[in-house]
Amino acid sequence: MRVLRALGDGRVIARRNLIGLRRTPGALVTGIAQPILFVLILAFVFGGALGGDQYREFLIGGILAQTLTFNSSFTAVYLAKDLQSGLIDRFRALPMSRVGVILGRTVSDLATSAISVLVILVCGLAIGWRPTSGIGSILLTCALLMLFAFAVSWVGALIALTARSVEVAQSVGLLWLFPVCFVSGAFVSADMLPSALQAIARWNPVTAVATAARDGFGNSAPAGFVAPGGWPAEHPALYATLCCITLIAVFAPMAVMRYRSIGRR
Amino acid sequence: MIALHGLVKRFGGRTALDGVDLEVPAGTVHGLLGPNGAGKTTIVRVLTTLLSPDGGDALVAGRSVRSHPDDVRRSLGVSGQYAAVDERLTGFENLRMVARLYGMPRRTAVERARRLLADFRLEDVADTLLAGQYSGGMRRRLDLAGAVIARPPVVILDEPTTGLDPRGRRDTWDAVDSLTADGVTVLLTTQYLEEADRLADSISVIDRGRIVAEGSARTLKSRAGGSRIDVSCTRVDQVRTARTALARHGLEADADDRGHRLTLSTEEGVGGLGRVLRALEEAGIDVEEASLRQPTLDEVFLALTGDQESGGRPSGSRRSPESEPAR
Repeated sequence: MRVLRALGDGRVIARRNLIGLRRTPGALVTGIAQPILFVLILAFVFGGALGGDQYREFLIGGILAQTLTFNSSFTAVYLAKDLQSGLIDRFRALPMSRVGVILGRTVSDLATSAISVLVILVCGLAIGWRPTSGIGSILLTCALLMLFAFAVSWVGALIALTARSVEVAQSVGLLWLFPVCFVSGAFVSADMLPSALQAIARWNPVTAVATAARDGFGNSAPAGFVAPGGWPAEHPALYATLCCITLIAVFAPMAVMRYRSIGRR
Repeated sequence: MIALHGLVKRFGGRTALDGVDLEVPAGTVHGLLGPNGAGKTTIVRVLTTLLSPDGGDALVAGRSVRSHPDDVRRSLGVSGQYAAVDERLTGFENLRMVARLYGMPRRTAVERARRLLADFRLEDVADTLLAGQYSGGMRRRLDLAGAVIARPPVVILDEPTTGLDPRGRRDTWDAVDSLTADGVTVLLTTQYLEEADRLADSISVIDRGRIVAEGSARTLKSRAGGSRIDVSCTRVDQVRTARTALARHGLEADADDRGHRLTLSTEEGVGGLGRVLRALEEAGIDVEEASLRQPTLDEVFLALTGDQESGGRPSGSRRSPESEPAR
């Protein structure tokens, strides 16, 4: 019963968010332009030094993982805006599910992420990236990417509910993304990092998602790249899925707890 | 229908509510009158389950905000001074969303939304304008429509006309009238005695987290010394003469700070105004302007609490953290 209500309310809120997104498409510019910039900068500024065409093939999986992680900041900003405008107070005074508002947000933000994925894939095709696996594998990979986007979105939600002001949510919501995305195997092999960071990078969920995406699209690493070792590198898809489930299991209840206790000192 | 029992709320070291007791019988409109920071918004936030009380309890339709917050939310509609509507949705979309979140099936939600848009005279803009493009008055009406869309037995209006122009205020008052005609129990907070007088069956005056007076508008006004008469003279140097002339007729007038205007209390309304004018005419004083009005909130406070500090503070000059929603 409570689950049904959460899903129903989540749907109402998601619909509201999507209408808002459609009416202020300017917000999508970041979601579209940023991955394009990353693809072009990494492919042509660093790509030459890192393996040329082969690096471009390697790059797309990394950009996908990094962009989807960055997209969690949209969740943080939009939710913080609703908090600041008093709309969340209105929702909290309604007999609706305590999960509904956040669930609606994380679900509707998947639309932004789906657009980002599409843009990156098209951009990749334009610079010479090709998926070489079958259609089934490609679709499964996209599903995993969406699961990952959904999972990190809950992190953004918790940041918004803790920060409460748009400015704080925006800066904190972006800050953590840089170490998480770059101390990883998203853009280079995890085993090419300084040894102190290698262990972190190997177990970083961003690495797992990037690697799983490369595997799923049938892309290989440039010849000069050290193949990373360790269990996550051997089972990237499984490990990435486990990471997503863990993220949701940890951050969703924390976000809902914060939501319940807003202003209830 | 609404009951507060010894309600206490503290913010850090500051006591926002210091044991508030209040009973609002079913089907009546109760006005909560007080200046900024008196505790009005805190009471509203406790009743709407946004804040949990530190002491005492608040009941809505017999259910406690402490033990059954969801039941309380179900029997409540709330419309606030911030008119929390979604600016990127049309009026219709806003109301449909609120109706759906009250748990109404889709078709009922659409029907109710249309119905209320008509009732609140928003049909013309319901689908053409986003709520962000509405005027202040339209926004309040939309917010109010959201508060009543699920036909809750209790509606809470938090300063429904603060910041509205006179036309917006009249519109909102009319909308509240139609509510009360349906037998809804209403708790209304306001800074304006005139508004409480116009809308409420009974009034509580709140100051610094305590109820300092209770009764009908009439009782409160008579306790505050009735209506006020303001008189200004064409020649400023005649003000003192005028005051002496009035005193001869047993009418006690206070001059304002700059000595331009005299203010008197009267229990006789228009009759009192007539007496004052006759007295001044007899004394040969040119009256530039004379008016009869309700006592201001400050004057009521001064009379009820005898507290210069509290009564003399201009509304809105001192912003306490309580007057802002806690975020």
